[in-house]
Amino acid sequence: MMLEIVLFIIFATVCVVSSVLMITRQNPVISALFLVLNFAGLAGLYLTLNAQFIAVAQVIVYAGAIMVFFLFVIMLLNPEKEKKFFKQKPKLKIFIVVIVALVLLQIVYMIFLSKPLNAINPEVAKSVDAGTVETIGREMFTKYILPFEAAGYLLLAATIGALVLAKKKFE
Amino acid sequence: MQIPIEYYLILSAFMFSVGIVGVLTRRNAIVVFMSVELMLNSANLTLITFSSYLGDATGQLFVFFVMAVAAAEAAVGLAIIIAIFRNKLTVNIDEINILKW
Amino acid sequence: MMINLIYLTVLFPLFGFLFNGILGPKIKNEKVIGIIGSGTIGIAFIIAVVALFETLALPVDQRLTIVTLFQWIDVAGLNIHFAYQVDQLSLVMSLVVTGVGFIIHVYSIGYMHGDKSFWRFFTYLNLFIFAMMNLILADNFLLLFLGWEGVGLCSYLLIGFWYDRKFEKSTTASAGLKAFIVNRIGDFGFLLGMFLIYSSFGSLIFTDVFSRALSFNVPEHIFTLIAIFLFIGATGKSAQIPLLVWLPDAMAGPTPVSALIHAATMVTAGVYMVARCSIIYASAPTAMMVVAVIGVFTAFFAATIGLVQNDIKKVLAYSTISQLGYMFLALGAGAFSAGIFHVMTHAFFKALLFLGAGSVIHSMHDVQDIRQYGGLKKYMPVTYGTFLVAATAISGIPPLSGFFSKDEILWYSYANLGIVFWLIGVITALLTAFYMFRLYFLTFEGKEKFDSHKTHPHESPKLMTVPLIVLGVLSAIGGFIGIPEIFSGEHGNLFHTWLAPVFKAAEIKLMNIGSHSHFEEILFMAISIVAGVGGIFYARYVYLKKPAVADKTASRFKGAYNILLNKYFLDEAYEASVVNPIVKGSENILWKIADNRIIDGTINNLAKLVDNISGKIKKIQTGVAQSYALVMILGVLIALLWLIISYS
Repeated sequence: MMLEIVLFIIFATVCVVSSVLMITRQNPVISALFLVLNFAGLAGLYLTLNAQFIAVAQVIVYAGAIMVFFLFVIMLLNPEKEKKFFKQKPKLKIFIVVIVALVLLQIVYMIFLSKPLNAINPEVAKSVDAGTVETIGREMFTKYILPFEAAGYLLLAATIGALVLAKKKFE
Repeated sequence: MQIPIEYYLILSAFMFSVGIVGVLTRRNAIVVFMSVELMLNSANLTLITFSSYLGDATGQLFVFFVMAVAAAEAAVGLAIIIAIFRNKLTVNIDEINILKW
Repeated sequence: MMINLIYLTVLFPLFGFLFNGILGPKIKNEKVIGIIGSGTIGIAFIIAVVALFETLALPVDQRLTIVTLFQWIDVAGLNIHFAYQVDQLSLVMSLVVTGVGFIIHVYSIGYMHGDKSFWRFFTYLNLFIFAMMNLILADNFLLLFLGWEGVGLCSYLLIGFWYDRKFEKSTTASAGLKAFIVNRIGDFGFLLGMFLIYSSFGSLIFTDVFSRALSFNVPEHIFTLIAIFLFIGATGKSAQIPLLVWLPDAMAGPTPVSALIHAATMVTAGVYMVARCSIIYASAPTAMMVVAVIGVFTAFFAATIGLVQNDIKKVLAYSTISQLGYMFLALGAGAFSAGIFHVMTHAFFKALLFLGAGSVIHSMHDVQDIRQYGGLKKYMPVTYGTFLVAATAISGIPPLSGFFSKDEILWYSYANLGIVFWLIGVITALLTAFYMFRLYFLTFEGKEKFDSHKTHPHESPKLMTVPLIVLGVLSAIGGFIGIPEIFSGEHGNLFHTWLAPVFKAAEIKLMNIGSHSHFEEILFMAISIVAGVGGIFYARYVYLKKPAVADKTASRFKGAYNILLNKYFLDEAYEASVVNPIVKGSENILWKIADNRIIDGTINNLAKLVDNISGKIKKIQTGVAQSYALVMILGVLIALLWLIISYS
């Protein structure tokens, strides 16, 4: 009981702080690293939610592959450092923050507005069961085989696309 | 699951809005992409939450596919940024305004 | 029965028009064109004669036949057919139009010989007869108006027939245009009258309208308005004050045109129309007085102008206007059949006068100034003889036709309107005799004012003289059909009796009992004969015996002479008061302001406005993806707001 709450608070804090810091740093490399931290926090949160497979997949795919890719590109392009967050176009940025805060408030309100959420009383065994590799594998290869194959094609297309877009022209 | 579901959902909403702020305010195109990844992850969190609280694996499968798509999108998007960089020598979004009136 | 085939009198001229119009340019043979052109009218005349005899065989109260061809308009209660009404009045007019028309067609074959547009002349003439027959035979106002407009069109086409010739200050084409436009002004009045008729009586068919005029309870001022509007149309078509200015200019056309259209037929369309609508005029005494006043005043006015004109055709033109004034005087006095009688006799002698003038012009090689004529009677005996007959007829000398018709008009104007009208009429008759014989003496008698070695006047060919003779005979004996009662005893006035059923309703309404004694009638008759003879002899005195008197009078009354010679400056007055303001007004106001600034300005400025606004709006497209995303988030905000509100 206590462990769950403590773990949740730790991982949630990590996520929140790292996300806010990510968007405000000047150096893009630092932003990328904070995003990695965010992903790690998220992976922890997944584990508290009994989603083992996804947690591991998150770390491997997101933190391991995608963020490395991002860092590669940042190194390649070597962009200049931006100015401090609120130093440039402050009025616009404050306006945006206000708008988004309003959106957040609306979403939060809607979350509390939906009463049925209070009625969910999950069974622990079922939820644990749902996150195992077996369950996911079984669902994936029977019910969702078609999206699985489609995802394969998607990745193939993305690979070819990225290759074509990024390569140097033939001389 | 003693933690009320609303907590996870509010956390996810917060990360989502942080992602939006990042998309709208940052000038560097790569950081904008990273903010988009942040938004995608917040959606993933929501999906996992519901999957866990309802005991249905469908949500997690959905997350699986979201990850696949996010990976593909990141690859292609960054390839585009590289291509643009080759032409304009900048990743500053304000300077990539060819479709201006 | 030939009556039921009366539409053939309309179709034959139409066929002639189409034949000559389409094949005319290819046929180089004048004879064929002339025969087709005149033959169709001749056939129409024969059909009209047969229809006349058939109608005579019918009992008196059943002499109205309607022959329907096909339905023309059927819209929202307005039901108009192409239908022809064969009754006494339309038969008289048909006979005059086709008869005199046929004679003039034959004459034209000779007159227009050698003209390069020979075929076009006959095409237009046949079209004219077609339209005129439609006008006369129509059984409803709309078909009459179709003919009305049609004759106006043909008048324009024929006046400007020699379109490349100069005429006075401009061209023949502009003379034709003047005729058309002045006619149009009258037609506007006619249209207003038609609208008023339809709204008051609910129909445009003659039989319906006239029977409802008696039975419906329509206030008198409506009748007056209708009558006046229709009369405005008549002033335009029949050249009365104030729309008479086109007729003298219409002399720019070939002489047979002047004879047919501007003497015998088209200009009498107004008279016919007023006579046909007799019941409407009888129900509006004010309008009748207006008609009479304008008629008598026009008669006098035109006669004074004709006194001093030097162009042979101009004199005849003003004479036509004057005689038309007489006809309207008769209509205004309620003597409808007298007016139609004068139409008939006038057609005979005026056509003859014009054709004779054409013969003279033809032989004098297109010289029209009578001061350069003189002594032509030994060169052109037939023309001289028939011209003399016609001039005597128009001066009202018995027993020629003009005497009977003019005298009847003068008598009825005294009996129904009073002595003033009669007096002006008699004075005009005197002036008529004077100027007509001035014309005669200066042309055919006296010294030759031309060089007989240079110009060789000769008699016209048979094709032109035979029509002259026929018309001469008609002018001489045509009046016997309308001998007044005092002479013919128990036969009565044949013409009057024939037409009486048509005007019965009107005459009952007018209640013209007016029993004046025979003595008065004979006295007035004698006075008008004396006036006519007096005019003739004074003309003989001035222009044959002592020409110097004319010049001395002219120089003594120089101002008056000038005014008369320039036709009271009527054209100039119209030009200054009506034409110029319209032209200047259109140019300055309608064109420069309304068209350029307002209409064009609105469109242009509207476009500029769109341009401006879009110029400002396009700034939204910054090209930066983030601003688009911002707008999307704003949209999300609003959508969530709406969602929340709709669920709470």
